Amino acid sequence: MYKIVSRRELNNSVTQLEVLAPLVAKKAKPGQFIILRVDEVGERIPLTVAGTNPDKGTVKIIFQVVGGTTEKLNHVMEGEYIQDFVGPLGTPSELDGLNKVCIVGGGVGCAIALPTAEALHELGANVTSIIGFRNKDIVILEDEFKACSDKLIVTTDDGSYGYHGNVTAPLKEMLAAGETFDKIITIGPIIMMKFVVETAKEYNIPCTVSMNPIMIDGTGMCGGCRLTLNQNGKRVTKFACVDGPDFDGYEVDFDEAMARSVMYSDFEKHAYEKTCNLFKKEVQ
Amino acid sequence: MAIIPNKNPMPVLDAKLRSTNFEEVALGYSESTAVAEAERCINCRNKPCVAACPVNIQIPEFIMKVKDRDFEGAYQIISESSSLPAVCGRVCPQETQCEGKCTLGIRFEPVAIGRLERFVADYHLKNAKEDPVKPESNGKKVAVVGSGPAGLTCAGDLAKKGYDVTVYEALHMAGGVLVYGIPEFRLPIDIVTKEVEVLKKLGVKVETNVVIGKTLTIDELLDDMGFEAVFIGSGAGLPNFMNIPGEGLKGVYSANEYLTRANLMKAYSEDADTPISKGGKVAVVGGGNVAMDAARTALRLGADKVYIVYRRSMEELPARAEEVEHAIEEGIDFRLLNNPVEILGYNNPEDRRDPKNGCVVGIKCIKMQLGEPDENGRRRPVPIEGSEFILDVDTVVMAIGTSPNPLIKDTTEGLEVNRWGGIIVNEENLTSREGVYAGGDVVTGAATVISAMGAGKVAAQGIDDYLSNK
Ligand SMILES: Cc1cc2nc3c(=O)[nH]c(=O)nc-3n(C[C@H](O)[C@H](O)[C@H](O)COP(=O)(O)OP(=O)(O)OC[C@H]3O[C@@H](n4cnc5c(N)ncnc54)[C@H](O)[C@@H]3O)c2cc1C
Ligand SMILES: Cc1cc2nc3c(=O)[nH]c(=O)nc-3n(C[C@H](O)[C@H](O)[C@H](O)COP(=O)(O)OP(=O)(O)OC[C@H]3O[C@@H](n4cnc5c(N)ncnc54)[C@H](O)[C@@H]3O)c2cc1C
Ligand code: SF4
Ligand code: SF4
Ligand code: FES
Repeated sequence: MYKIVSRRELNNSVTQLEVLAPLVAKKAKPGQFIILRVDEVGERIPLTVAGTNPDKGTVKIIFQVVGGTTEKLNHVMEGEYIQDFVGPLGTPSELDGLNKVCIVGGGVGCAIALPTAEALHELGANVTSIIGFRNKDIVILEDEFKACSDKLIVTTDDGSYGYHGNVTAPLKEMLAAGETFDKIITIGPIIMMKFVVETAKEYNIPCTVSMNPIMIDGTGMCGGCRLTLNQNGKRVTKFACVDGPDFDGYEVDFDEAMARSVMYSDFEKHAYEKTCNLFKKEVQ
Repeated sequence: MAIIPNKNPMPVLDAKLRSTNFEEVALGYSESTAVAEAERCINCRNKPCVAACPVNIQIPEFIMKVKDRDFEGAYQIISESSSLPAVCGRVCPQETQCEGKCTLGIRFEPVAIGRLERFVADYHLKNAKEDPVKPESNGKKVAVVGSGPAGLTCAGDLAKKGYDVTVYEALHMAGGVLVYGIPEFRLPIDIVTKEVEVLKKLGVKVETNVVIGKTLTIDELLDDMGFEAVFIGSGAGLPNFMNIPGEGLKGVYSANEYLTRANLMKAYSEDADTPISKGGKVAVVGGGNVAMDAARTALRLGADKVYIVYRRSMEELPARAEEVEHAIEEGIDFRLLNNPVEILGYNNPEDRRDPKNGCVVGIKCIKMQLGEPDENGRRRPVPIEGSEFILDVDTVVMAIGTSPNPLIKDTTEGLEVNRWGGIIVNEENLTSREGVYAGGDVVTGAATVISAMGAGKVAAQGIDDYLSNK
C-alpha cells in the first residue's frame, strides 16, 4: 500500500498527489511514468511522474479526471492509501545537448511536460513554453511554468485568458518571424501533437512527441500500447511503455494511434457513470 | 491381475454449460476413482515414467501410496521433487512426458499420472493442517526476480535451506503466467495463491510492484542491498506479432493482452474496471496452449463464433491434447492449414469520425499444404498460390509466441544472451555474471511450467553450492 502524503486540487478536474514511494522517488527521471491501481479490483492506469523528492521518498503525480479510475483516485484523501504504485517505467526523455527548446503542452499534457521543462531549465537551456487550455477556468501550472521558462505563452481556445487560439497558432507566428529551436517537445491530445508536428516539419525543426496509448503492464508484456512508426519507408511496431513514451514526431502514425486510443470509449463511459453513481450513493 | 485397458475418465463440467463461465473444467478424481486408477499401475521395475518427468517425481512410489489410501504419504513423495504438484498435475503436457513413456501406454492407455498427481496435491491442500515450519536462518540473502514457476521454485528450495529470500515481481500479483496467462477454467488462481502463501510461511518475502531494471537493478541488489546471489526467472513475456498489414487495428490483441485483461484484471466480471472486446466473431492465430486458452476465453466472454487459425495440421498442434479435445467439445472451429496474410479494417471515407473506422472486419488467410520435412523433421507448410479467402471476424488474437523481455539484459552489464535474447547459462544455471543465476522461459524461450520449475531447482542447488563454499 502506498500512502498519499499530500493532495492539492489544481482546478476542478485536475488534482496533484504526492505519493510515498521511496524506490520510485530515487530513480525517476523526466519523461518517465508510473502505473497505479487505486484498489484491489481497480484498473492499472499510467500517470507521468510530475516531480520527485528523493529525500522525503515522495513522487508527485498530476491527473485529470476523465473516467472511472481517475474519478476513484480523486476520492483518495491525504493520509489514505492506494493499492499499487509501480515505476519508474518508460525511457527518460533525451535532453542532453539541447540549448534552445520549445515545449508545447495541451491540457493535462502540461503536467506531463512540466518536469521536462524544469529539467531543461536546470540544464541551462533556453526554454520557451506554450501551454494551451480550452478556457480560463482550467488553466493549470502557470506559475510553475513561469518559473522554468524564459518565455511563456498561455493560450485558451475561447480567448477567455491569454492568447486566443490553439497552441499551434503562436508557434507558427514565432517560427514565421524567424525564431528557431533545436527541438520542439510536445505533449497533449494526439490531434494537437499531430498538428504541432506538421508545423515543426514545415520549418525543419526536430519534434519529439510523448505518446499516451492505453497500457496495462507497462513492461512490454501485453503489446496493448503498441504504435506504428514510419522509418525510412518501413512500418515498424514499437511499444510505448518501453520504447517510449517519447518518439520522433516525424515518424509516428497518428491516425492509427488516434483510432486505437478510443477503443474502449463506450465501456469507459459506462464505467465512469458507474463510479459516479457509487460515490453519489455513498454521499446519500 | 488383469490389466484395465483404459484410464478412469476425468469428470468434467458439461461442455455447453462450461463454455459460458470461468469455472474449472476438469473436476478432479474422487478418492475411490484415484485408488482405482492407482491400481492400474504395474509398478514397473525400470520406471520409464520417472525418467520422462523433467523433475523425476518418484511416480510408482507415490502411486503405491495412493493405492494404499495413504494420500498424505503420496504427497510427501511428490514434494521431494516438485513444489507445485497442484499446478503441474493440471497443466503438464503429460502425453509427451511421464504418461508418454508409461509401459501400459504401449498397448493400452497409460496410467493417468497427471490426474493422480493433481488428486494428491488437492487432497493435501484441503486436508493439511500443519503450517510449514520456518527453517532456521543461515543469514544469507538471495534475491529472486520474477514470481513464475521458476522463481517460486527457486525461492522455496532456498528458503527450506535457510536462506533469506526476497522475490521481486513487476506485476501487482505473484504467480507469473500461472496468474496472468493460464485461465481460471484450467488453473484456478486460488491454487497459485495458496502455493505463494506456503512460501511466505517458509519466510520468503514477496515484493510486488518492483520492476528489476527500472525500480532496482541487478547490480544494486548485489552491491547495495546485501544480496549475495540473484536468480533471474523473468520469463519470456514479450509478445510476437506477425508483421502483416492491419495489426494496429482496433480489435487486434496479443494473446498476452487478451488473457491478462481476462485473467489478471478479471475483465469477465461485471465488477472489474478493465475493458475487453466481448462477443462477435473471434479468430485466434496459433496452435499452442496459449492459442487454446485465448480461444476458450473468447467463447466464455460471449463470442458467437471462435476460430483457431493455424498454418499446420491437427497432428502438429503443439497444445496439450486434453486442451485441444476440450476446445473441440466446446465448439471452437479449427481452421487448419491456413495462414493469415492481412487483417482488414472498416473504413468509411464519407465520415472520418465514424467510430467504426479502424475496427477489424475480417482476416485474410491463404491456404497451406504440408511440404517436405524441415531440419526438425516437421513438414513445412507452404502457401497454395491464389487460395486467399476472408474470414469475417471482429476480433483477432495473435498467439504466435513470445520472447524474453530485454529489460534486464539492457540494464545488467556483462550478462550474456543469445541471438533471440535468451540468457546464457551453464549446467548449474549460472550466467556469465558471478552470483547471478537464471532459469525458466528467460533461458529456454517459451516452454513448460515443469521445465521452468526444474530450472529453478537446479539454480537453487547451484546457489547453495556457491554460497556454501564462498
Ligand atoms: C505514459 C502515459 C502517461 C500519462 N500521464 C498522465 C498524466 O500525467 N496525467 C493524466 O491526467 N493522464 C495521464 N495519462 C492518461 C491517463 O493514463 C488516462 O487519463 C487514464 O488512464 C484514464 O483512466 P480512467 O479510467 O479514469 O478513464 P477511462 O475511463 O479509461 O477513459 C476516459 C477517457 O479518457 C481516454 N483515455 C483513456 N486512456 C487514455 C490514455 N492513456 N491517454 C489519453 N486518453 C485516454 C478514453 O479514451 C476516454 O475518452 C497518461 C497516459 C500514459 C500512457
Ligand atoms: C496462456 C499460456 C498457457 C500456457 N499453458 C501451459 C500449459 O498448459 N502447460 C505448461 O506446462 N506450460 C504452459 N504455458 C507455459 C508456461 O506457463 C511457462 O513456460 C512458464 O510459466 C514459465 O515460467 P517462468 O517462471 O520461467 O516465467 P513466467 O511464468 O513468465 O514468470 C515470470 C515472471 O517474472 C516477472 N517479471 C518479468 N520481468 C521482470 C522484471 N524485470 N522485474 C520483476 N519481475 C519481472 C513477470 O511479471 C512474471 O510474473 C503456458 C503459457 C501461457 C502464456
Ligand atoms: S510433474 Fe508433470 S511430467 Fe512430472 S509426473 Fe507430474 S505431470 Fe508428469
Ligand atoms: S510406467 Fe506406467 S505402469 Fe510403469 S510404473 Fe510408471 S506409471 Fe506405473
Ligand atoms: S503496456 Fe503492455 S506492452 Fe506496453
